[in-house]
Amino acid sequence: METIKTDVAIVGAGGAGLRAAIAIAEARPDLKVALISKVYPMRSHTCAAEGGAAGVIKPDDSLELHFNDTVGGGDWLCDQDVVDYFVREAAKELTQLEHWGCPWSREPDGSVGVRPFGGMKIKRTWFAADKSGFHILHTLFQTTLKYPSIERFDEYFTTDLLVVDGRCQGVVAIEMSSGRIFQFQAKSVIVATGGAGRIFPFTTNGAVKTGDGSAMAYRAGIPLKDMEFVQYHPTGLPSTGILLTEGCRGEGGVLRNKDGYRYLQDYGMGPETPLGKPVLKTMELGPRDRLSQAFWHEQQKGNTIPTKFGDCVYLDMTHLGEKHIDERLPLVRDLSISYSGVDPVTEQVPIRPVVHYCMGGIHTNIEAETPMPGLYAVGECACGSLNGANRLGSNSLTELLVFGKKAAQNAMEFAGGGNKTNESAVSEQAEQAQKRITELFDKSGGGETISGLRKEMMDSLEKGAGIYRTEQTLKESCATISQLRKRYAGIELHDKSNVYNTDLFQALELRNMLDLAQTVAEGALARKESRGSHQRLDFVDRDDENFLKHTLAYHQGEETPRIEYLDVIITKSQPGVRDYSGGGK
Amino acid sequence: MSDLQLELEILRYDPEQDQEPRFQTYSVPCQEEWVVLDAINYVKDHIDSTLSYRWSCHMAVCGSCGMMIDGEPKLACKAFVRDYVNKTVRIEPLANFPIERDLVSVLDDFMNKLRRVKPYLIRKEEKPLSEGEYRQTPAELNKYKQYTLCINCLCCYAACPQYALIPEFIGPAALTMAHRYNQDSRDQGRAQREEETASHEGVWDCAFADACSLVCPKHVDPASALQQMKITSTVDWYLEHLGMGGKKS
Repeated sequence: METIKTDVAIVGAGGAGLRAAIAIAEARPDLKVALISKVYPMRSHTCAAEGGAAGVIKPDDSLELHFNDTVGGGDWLCDQDVVDYFVREAAKELTQLEHWGCPWSREPDGSVGVRPFGGMKIKRTWFAADKSGFHILHTLFQTTLKYPSIERFDEYFTTDLLVVDGRCQGVVAIEMSSGRIFQFQAKSVIVATGGAGRIFPFTTNGAVKTGDGSAMAYRAGIPLKDMEFVQYHPTGLPSTGILLTEGCRGEGGVLRNKDGYRYLQDYGMGPETPLGKPVLKTMELGPRDRLSQAFWHEQQKGNTIPTKFGDCVYLDMTHLGEKHIDERLPLVRDLSISYSGVDPVTEQVPIRPVVHYCMGGIHTNIEAETPMPGLYAVGECACGSLNGANRLGSNSLTELLVFGKKAAQNAMEFAGGGNKTNESAVSEQAEQAQKRITELFDKSGGGETISGLRKEMMDSLEKGAGIYRTEQTLKESCATISQLRKRYAGIELHDKSNVYNTDLFQALELRNMLDLAQTVAEGALARKESRGSHQRLDFVDRDDENFLKHTLAYHQGEETPRIEYLDVIITKSQPGVRDYSGGGK
Repeated sequence: MSDLQLELEILRYDPEQDQEPRFQTYSVPCQEEWVVLDAINYVKDHIDSTLSYRWSCHMAVCGSCGMMIDGEPKLACKAFVRDYVNKTVRIEPLANFPIERDLVSVLDDFMNKLRRVKPYLIRKEEKPLSEGEYRQTPAELNKYKQYTLCINCLCCYAACPQYALIPEFIGPAALTMAHRYNQDSRDQGRAQREEETASHEGVWDCAFADACSLVCPKHVDPASALQQMKITSTVDWYLEHLGMGGKKS
């Protein structure tokens, strides 16, 4: 096995991993950074984020308002020290991106423009048309090319963390072009591998989002936090799950049921606002969890429109005008026409809720530290408890930057702390990881298929752990996923090549997804309350007495995870009522 | 129920087994809304799990699934099966790149060239963050915005007749990215980039065939970027050599 020695290994080269790499290269050009990703950086799913990134810059806005929107939006499951730090650092990071060349949309005077977003009381979302994530990703990636200390390992699939003496000392990765296995010996490791939306069948998430880093950390003993909180974005295109940004509603788009009625007013988000004059934190500018739940109720009432690809409602942007749509929402127009055959300038677009974001992930604190020394995590793979039970749109892109930098600062400090790599023990562990990969390769017989198991997992989660959940549906999901984890032993690789063997990578991804799917279903079953994106039909109220707590799921081998709870950090905002009725003016 | 049947003739190549690429045909039941990528995914999931290709976003923004479809470089996620009914569709990896495996191309050449053109903002002096953003009017933004839209799918390299002939040519996407930064009102790095872009392997290798712009799925129009760069680099050359003031840094 080949060995690469580095100072900091970063797994994942999307927005979070790239931001971390730059922070290290700038502050400590003497430290070697290994940036390891299963895809080229510009393929990372940050590219698909559309709407924008939140940060307080306008005179009518304040850090306190951003804090309150985030904590209330997260239904008080956010750690408030984390939110406080986040809102203070947000604008600095977005300005930093501007200095690196990000093509933010502008006001006529040349200052950065902001747009309204769901759940935000003031316009504070920086945007680059409706391709904000794409521009952030490419700006960061291109900026990394300045720094010789960042060595990229594009298309290396990381399989294991190397943990010796309770400290993370590296990773094992497969060079995808050759099948060769490498051990990266590192003084500290940052995991930034993104979310796991692909555990659901209908998702905005790209194929790469299989939760590899989260599963790897989970198996290494790090708890996964709040995994039951999965966000449905209210406006996905029905045949593909392609996202139409919340910016559509920020710019004035409205939701209508089959009768043309703006139904959100029936679900605590009214009164109806005038067409073309969106009111912040009201109606269509309510938070994503509430909007997706309102869809579900409309569906129960028979007010949705049946289509070949499931029941839909309409996103109506026809009153915005062609010029405005082309300037602010060009991608939305292109996607609607290409994939649904509907031009939003002249027609209402059929949409339905779609799995978009995992609030849960690797347990981290305000320092982006995991409980394991030397291991940091950031971005959607992590749960630093910024987003609580429901993330507000446009907070996640900023989160990548703020905590990407934070993770980097701590990882480089740790790397400089004089810890010696226990090379023989690390190598021995890497050999074991290699052996597991080889065994998977050589195994034959069994009769299970990767695509078959994957589909059963997705369908089971959708059915049991969707927008609304009950004990009954969740127990079925838990039982199914438990079975699927056992049946995984029956898969066989038909591709025996060492070169770009996607059969192998899909098998590894499936194992990761099954582990994570189990934490979602088990966490949801154990949480007997409704909060944010986690809604139980059998426990309809929020229960602060028993569940103002984070769920921690610990890996238990073949068994179901052990569930523990951790208090939420409350500093200044006591749990209250989430008000999206336009009354909070 | 499938709406239509598609015959896919897919290039297969495993360097560990095959002397040279071969074709394998798959018959795929498709829905009429599908893109070619959906049909390829069907093959992977239901017919032949050994097929290798790249894909992720399925919405024409990650740039992974550029490939030759019926001889044209396209994104498989934006090529609709309804445009290929009743015929056999040939699927190959991007032309002009070495084949790594099946539909997977080796992209090292582009990645190296991209780095060479310095695709990042270059300034003599950085403004401190505390002083806020650099001002840039919408008109200044519009001057380069189109060129920021490149997703690096590399369809333009597969279409470029010059890149096919001269592998050293830096090529459309990388040069366009240099132009994007040159045109950015915040940037002061054009002279540095011209060491590469105005060199022998830079814009002067472009014969203005326009093939890049015709196939670009994001309408970036690299051909126009390269023509503008030729003019700028000519002017810069004259300014420098005739002593008519220093060139723009």
